[in-house]
Amino acid sequence: MYSQALNERIEGPRIVEDPEKLAAFQARIDAEERIEPNDWMPEAYRRTLIRQISQHAHSEVVGMLPEGNWITRAPSLRRKAALLAKVQDEGGHGLYLYAAAETLGVSREELYEQLLSGKAKYSSIFNYPTLTWADIGCIGWLVDGAAIMNQIPLCRTSYGPYARAMIRICKEESFHQRQGYEIMLTLCRGTPEQKAMAQDALNRWWWPSLMMFGPPDSESRHTEESMRWKIKRFTNDELRQKFVDATVPQGHYLGLTFPDPELRFDEATGHWRFGRIDWEEFKRVLAGHGPCNRERMAARRKAHEEGAWVREAVLAHAAKRRARERAQKIAAE
Amino acid sequence: MTTIHVEETPHLAYVLRLADSALINSHRLSEWCGHAPMLEEDLALANIALDLLGQARLLYEHAAALEGRGRSEDDLAYLRDAPQFKNLLITELPRGDFAFTIVRQTLLSAFFHPFWQLARGSSDRTLAAIAGKAEKEVAYHLRHAGAWLVRLGDGTEESRKRTVEALETLWPYTGELFEVDAVGEAMIEAGIAPDPASVRPVFEQTIDRLLAEAGLARPVAAWMQTGGLRGVHTEHLGHLLAVMQHLQRAYPGAVW
Repeated sequence: MYSQALNERIEGPRIVEDPEKLAAFQARIDAEERIEPNDWMPEAYRRTLIRQISQHAHSEVVGMLPEGNWITRAPSLRRKAALLAKVQDEGGHGLYLYAAAETLGVSREELYEQLLSGKAKYSSIFNYPTLTWADIGCIGWLVDGAAIMNQIPLCRTSYGPYARAMIRICKEESFHQRQGYEIMLTLCRGTPEQKAMAQDALNRWWWPSLMMFGPPDSESRHTEESMRWKIKRFTNDELRQKFVDATVPQGHYLGLTFPDPELRFDEATGHWRFGRIDWEEFKRVLAGHGPCNRERMAARRKAHEEGAWVREAVLAHAAKRRARERAQKIAAE
Repeated sequence: MTTIHVEETPHLAYVLRLADSALINSHRLSEWCGHAPMLEEDLALANIALDLLGQARLLYEHAAALEGRGRSEDDLAYLRDAPQFKNLLITELPRGDFAFTIVRQTLLSAFFHPFWQLARGSSDRTLAAIAGKAEKEVAYHLRHAGAWLVRLGDGTEESRKRTVEALETLWPYTGELFEVDAVGEAMIEAGIAPDPASVRPVFEQTIDRLLAEAGLARPVAAWMQTGGLRGVHTEHLGHLLAVMQHLQRAYPGAVW
């Protein structure tokens, strides 16, 4: 989903790579070859990928919370089934992204620990609350819509396991996006109260959705290297513009108004021009000061802590089983 | 929309009971989504909840057809109040800890697997078809919950303690699984419902096998809870419905 990770500085000692290996690596990238887990790769490439894939996985797992907030209150059995299946899909995305990250030599436990300790980030979008049923529509339509813009190019990203995970994720995300839009359509064709609910949700989710693409290119530190390595194929601003161009007509079809007085169609370029994004808000939310940051992390930690005895029981039981099997084998000999 | 009144024939009442139990059980399981002890269980419990929700929807649809007043699955799920719900009490108890959820799902699956197997022979063709689907799903639920019961019972001191505690709390609610009232009798008589007495030996065998493997003993209940079939519930169902039915009640007549 969430290429915000590409805009952060990668920590760790600076490694001087063998120039010959580096050149051979770049040649493979330029030839559009996929890099596989056992292939040689520059340390910075590995770190960037671990950072990006794990942040993506964390985002999926934290993202289960705002939508999970409505599972028990979904307004019809059909919507309830669709939402439960959607949140389950997100957990599934988390699982195979953690698995993709593990191919780079880092364990899921270690990555998850980084999330719980606050060291690792997740997408800023999930620090906003889901207040009405229309928020579930907006998340599908806008948040998953933005995610797809980011993710479709990632299906061709240079690292094989990541690219393959993204192909499956994209299929599911586009289904979610359609579901979300269909919720919005139903609300907009419903009672005046339902339409007002849809407008209110758009007012709250529009700008945070645009922030999902990360800071503007002028301030983005790592775009160049990630582009050279074909981890990333479009810049933040390019993707953001694609998203706006695709989404604005959809909103107008719903009969909704975007909360941006400067939004206008530019005949010359064929693009929708939008107003200034509040980057101060973006930075604040990323730094932990959004409406739900503390709650989201508290919920993740609570589930983890309350589940500790279960995970211990699994290990204890497995050890007991092995011991019994050994004893049986010895007795049989 | 105001609360609806369903004119319950024995047949309709019987199908609604099964639907209500599936829905309420699904609701409790769905509360885990995003909060389970490990990501794999977020997925597994959601999967079981989805199966049960699917069963509930088919059963409500069938009930609505039997009633023949043009009502929908949502009318039946969202516009009846607690006394009209006829689910088993065990399904509505709060989700509890992971041991509680696992013990509950094991008990329910150990009952419903043989139950649905027998219901495939129902003279109600729709119910028989639903049973054919449900039987396969519940076989998986039993395998999953049963494997966890063994792990937790034969895991650490703490997991064993929690499992024993859950078993003792839940066991008095198993009596209801085998209750037969006038509705049940009429349905068994008509060949629509399986006789729960014929489910009991398989249920007990499954539970005894799992408990033995988990190193646990079957609790002895001095008495059994009852009431769900008559709409006399625990204190918990009203809260569950207040949450579940909130939007349908707050915006009467709206389409979602």
